[in-house]
Amino acid sequence: MKFLKNFFEKTEPYVQKGAKYHWLNSVHDGFFTFLFVPKHTAKSGTHIHDYIDLKRTMSIVVLALVPSLLFGMYNVGLQHFIAIGEAAATGFFDMFLYGLLKVLPVVIVSYGVGLGIEFAFAQMRGHEINEGFLVSGMLIPLIMPIETPLWMVAVATAFAVIFGKEVFGGTGMNIWNPALVARAFLFFAYPAQMSGNSVWIALGKNDMPIDGFTGATPMADAAAGNINFSVADAFFGFIPGSIGETSTLAILIGAVILIITGIGNWKIMVSTVAGGVVMGIILNIFAGSQGLSPEAAVFFGIPFWQHLILGGFAFGAVFMATDPVSATQTEKGKWIYGFLIGILAILIRVVNPAYPEGMMLAILLMNTFAPLIDHYVVQGHIKRRIKRAKVTA
Amino acid sequence: MSDPLFSKKNLKLLSDPLNDSNPITVQVLGICSALAVTAQLKPSLVMAVSVMAVMGFANVIISLLRNTIPNRIRIIVQLVIIASLVILVDQVLKAYVYDVSKQLSVFVGLIITNCIIMGRLEAFALGNRPWPSFLDGIGNAAGYGVILIIVGFARELFGSGSVFGFQIIPDSWYIANGGFYENNGMMILPPMALITVGIIIWVQRSRNRKLIED
Repeated sequence: MKFLKNFFEKTEPYVQKGAKYHWLNSVHDGFFTFLFVPKHTAKSGTHIHDYIDLKRTMSIVVLALVPSLLFGMYNVGLQHFIAIGEAAATGFFDMFLYGLLKVLPVVIVSYGVGLGIEFAFAQMRGHEINEGFLVSGMLIPLIMPIETPLWMVAVATAFAVIFGKEVFGGTGMNIWNPALVARAFLFFAYPAQMSGNSVWIALGKNDMPIDGFTGATPMADAAAGNINFSVADAFFGFIPGSIGETSTLAILIGAVILIITGIGNWKIMVSTVAGGVVMGIILNIFAGSQGLSPEAAVFFGIPFWQHLILGGFAFGAVFMATDPVSATQTEKGKWIYGFLIGILAILIRVVNPAYPEGMMLAILLMNTFAPLIDHYVVQGHIKRRIKRAKVTA
Repeated sequence: MSDPLFSKKNLKLLSDPLNDSNPITVQVLGICSALAVTAQLKPSLVMAVSVMAVMGFANVIISLLRNTIPNRIRIIVQLVIIASLVILVDQVLKAYVYDVSKQLSVFVGLIITNCIIMGRLEAFALGNRPWPSFLDGIGNAAGYGVILIIVGFARELFGSGSVFGFQIIPDSWYIANGGFYENNGMMILPPMALITVGIIIWVQRSRNRKLIED
């Protein structure tokens, strides 16, 4: 590390304003502070310094995502070999290797395109490089179906970074979670590549799937009226789905890391789960009512706690809803925000006829409402305090 | 007292709306129809020409009548004139380009409510002689049309893979035929039209010094 530090310190004068390589200033600063604790000091007034700056916050989130990523790689391989009927004959490492080779390009494309645009914008505007993309770049691959073409990932990432973030002013200014913007963009622009039964399991051109193979996720099956997943499989993640969303266990490990380090907000996670449970129970109650089609009755009737381990609910609750920029800022607001995400996610998932999942749309919708919730919470505080104040004349 | 027909001042009436005071990107008027009809290039072009015809004639007629219209009922007079012209345009479209007319459907009729037209009548034709009014009408309609055509081109190319209905992107590229490409379904939805207009505004504002606000 010593030689790296020497290198950065030696090159620093060359990238100052007016020096020969001044246009590299943002890049230099970005890498320097990424590798070493920044030595900037406050120029005026009293400041409280903390070594946990944005880059290190982001690094911890990426660390929390690693279990999901690793499991996702393994599961991609597992689902592939199950689909071609060779799961029993294939070892753990072959499955992992297959998944690694499938997932790695998506990660590289996501980081390459996103960071490229971030660097370009920082350089153009003369800002420091924003670190926010370190997390978004990891989230984007994890919420994609494995068969999404790489150029679509690139287009969606570019759209998310430019229109989800840069037009609002960069990291910390965005209204919506950029990773979800990328997914929503793909979902509406290329629906055939983002939903349906042919995108969740990696199959080569020459692979022959076994008889009875549908490629559907457990959720799509449930929407069609067939329950064919075991609770254990859904919890540990041996089911088809987006790359990082299947294993509730891996996500829980991430959640523990986030909560212990204080990076992720536990109130949002808890209230999201609570909202999901409440809505699940309500749907369970109505599962027996008349007028429901047989398929809908099955989907309504999934026990409420199973909704928490299916689809993207857990992943969204832990990694997406807790995004500190697009979530609510007030403490009371966080409870309301998370609870409504849970309610809406399950409601959209079960009741909307087009697509059996709702976490993405629920979070984006509540991102939009977050400032409104904050506004009313703050107004409520102000009113209460005015009432408490006694005016003596 | 009278300027030559194409004096510098008159030419400015034509060229200004194309950039510095573009009705869509700078004044943000007429957005509704710009989003609704631009899914393909052909209707965009027809819409642009229709608006140009209505606006040119309406400006001239109002300008001719400007000294006789009682001030208190001027809005309703303007509306009557615009409405009559729109009906004429509608009939012409139905007679000669019936399929496009069907595609544009209600939006031809809604030219009446296009705020650019009312705006120019109020702001310009009521206070100027016919010739400058005509140029102003044509110029503003052209400024509107240019944006429509740019948006229509982008949306048709990326949303349907074609331009003016001719397939540009080879069929063999599509995923359904074993290729890798897929049309962007969002481009033919109105939200993407809004984003496209936003991109145009962004580019224009970063290039045009006069529009940069501090």
